[in-house]
Amino acid sequence: MSAWGRLSRAPHEVTRPPFLDDAAALIRTSGAPGTSRLVRGLGRSYGDVCLNAGGPLVVTDRLDRFQSLDLAAGRVRAEAGMSLDRLLRVIVPRGWFVPVTPGTKFVTLGGAVANDVHGKNHETAGSFGAHVDKLGLVRSTGESLTLSRDENAELFAATIGGLGLTGFIAWVEMTLVPIAAARLHTESLAIRDVDDFFRIAEDSRGWPFTVAWVDCLAKGRDLGRGLFMRGRWAETGDLDVHRPPRLGFAPELPGVLLNSLSMRAFNALYRKRPFAVGACTQHYDPFFYPLDALANWNRLYGKRGFYQHQCVVPFPAARDTVVRLLETTAAQGQGSFLAVLKLLGESRSGGVLSFPMPGATLALDFPNKGESTRRLLATLSEIVLAAGGRLYPAKDAVMTPEMFRAGYPDWRRLEAWRDPAFGSDFWRRVTGDAA
Amino acid sequence: MSAPSRILVLGASSAMAQAYARRRAATGAAFLLVGLNAARLAAVAADLRACGAPSAEVATADLADPAGIGAHAAAFRARLGEPDEILIAYGELGDQAESERDLDAARRAFDVNFTSVALWTLALLKDRPPQAPLALVVIGSVAGDRGRASNFVYGAAKGGLDRFLEGLAQAYAATPVHIVTVKPGFVDSPMTDAIAKGPLFASPDAVGADIVRAVEKRRRVVYTPWFWWVIMTIIRHLPWFVFKRLKI
Repeated sequence: MSAWGRLSRAPHEVTRPPFLDDAAALIRTSGAPGTSRLVRGLGRSYGDVCLNAGGPLVVTDRLDRFQSLDLAAGRVRAEAGMSLDRLLRVIVPRGWFVPVTPGTKFVTLGGAVANDVHGKNHETAGSFGAHVDKLGLVRSTGESLTLSRDENAELFAATIGGLGLTGFIAWVEMTLVPIAAARLHTESLAIRDVDDFFRIAEDSRGWPFTVAWVDCLAKGRDLGRGLFMRGRWAETGDLDVHRPPRLGFAPELPGVLLNSLSMRAFNALYRKRPFAVGACTQHYDPFFYPLDALANWNRLYGKRGFYQHQCVVPFPAARDTVVRLLETTAAQGQGSFLAVLKLLGESRSGGVLSFPMPGATLALDFPNKGESTRRLLATLSEIVLAAGGRLYPAKDAVMTPEMFRAGYPDWRRLEAWRDPAFGSDFWRRVTGDAA
Repeated sequence: MSAPSRILVLGASSAMAQAYARRRAATGAAFLLVGLNAARLAAVAADLRACGAPSAEVATADLADPAGIGAHAAAFRARLGEPDEILIAYGELGDQAESERDLDAARRAFDVNFTSVALWTLALLKDRPPQAPLALVVIGSVAGDRGRASNFVYGAAKGGLDRFLEGLAQAYAATPVHIVTVKPGFVDSPMTDAIAKGPLFASPDAVGADIVRAVEKRRRVVYTPWFWWVIMTIIRHLPWFVFKRLKI
């Protein structure tokens, strides 16, 4: 089994229970006594939060059933393995959408809770967990609990963004948002530099969905140039659902193609493509999920896989820190296809280990070129740490224990609620002996 | 073809049955779901109601037990109303080596995969109003197309079922009863979890979509995914002196 970044490949004792009762039994019994187990959804996290090398891994892809759907109130309760892909297929034609969505619909509800994912509307809507009303949690003792802000509130807060360590998230109940059409009015504006980004972001307060793509190979005066995208739901139009991915399987590109020249060419083409700048009304699928059109796009980074650095750095130093991060990346010339820059607001989910905080978040992909890539990632991490920021566990494969504890000072609260029979490669890496 | 209104599913917690039922639920079909485990059937029923089924009820029965079939069939038909679609999806891969050692295991494989299924079709067709349209869909297997050393007990049950349904379909050819034999290849379902999975495995959802198409197009036999028709045509035509050496 690998994570989305395909950096490692390790054997796991994989099981895929078809029903919740099988899953609960596996949570109680799987693995040799003393080995920790982990539950995984669709494995879209990049680093090692979804890995448990050599140990039991209970995969929830078959636990994808609705338990109830109230189309009048916009409330859904479903098994934790339900993907946003399936959820949207059912709710969009009936005029509902998820209140928060990450950049892919191939994540499960359980994974979205465990990583407290955020989306383009974080400033106004908060992260995924802010919209979750209740959770079903099965502990390794066999105990089955209902968690909410009123019931087992502390365990609820630990489970939101709790990286699946508090037990098996069996089901998720959440509130949906009404939509009038499956389309958004969107605008795309050219950004000249980092200051331009912050200016346009400030001007875009009336737009619920915002994100910027940045050419991370541009240097000097052009540092931070890119495109700013903003959108809002359209008031009229069809309620048609998305289609399956157009290209089923991406090729594994040889590493030699992933050089600064090809990245430069890609970035230039992306910025200068026809209709790169302008306003339009588009379906939610290309707006929210541009990469979903190509299944397994992670294979494009070749056999050795890729790293992603995603950090959040707080105001007021956010602008200067972003400049420093982009300068460092551009100087190394190790840039990536797409760098994403966006402002985050208050974390409203209450998750103990939630990633978002008010500031700017920057996400950079790097094909794995070994030691030089890891050195660059370490340099970037130091800049983030010095600025009082932190890295996103769902994307991370390199964070040191020091960095983790500095970024997440409340981590012991999660450790206290962790199911003693649960663990992950990530958790062992960042807590080390301290856990 | 208008959307079916009443569907009886035997073996409703199987992966293929769920995938098929979800697609039918979206067109407004009502269900009676039959299987062994009430809690699991209830989970499937709740899912189908969310997908658009106006009703999805459940009933438990040991489908493989030939003794109860007559009474159960009558009760299900009374409870749901005469179904216009029936899916028989239960089955058991069994263990070839165990079946060769243990006659009870072999008999069980025949009972589950052939005897009971054949009896269910007879019981469900008995005394139907002659003008009432029905799609009777039975999940067979590519394993029934040729007897192979690695699974000829299961294969013989599915092969016998294939012959039985062929004859039944001929008997009903001039009636509004349409009989479909579905022959899946490898499907990524719990039934095959003991086998190492490879690129030939199809998702239950892909099979569900193929079944919907087969019913709509009134196909007699459908291989799913389609490439199994090619593979099995070759395997069926291999001469014995080649076939006997194959390790399949």
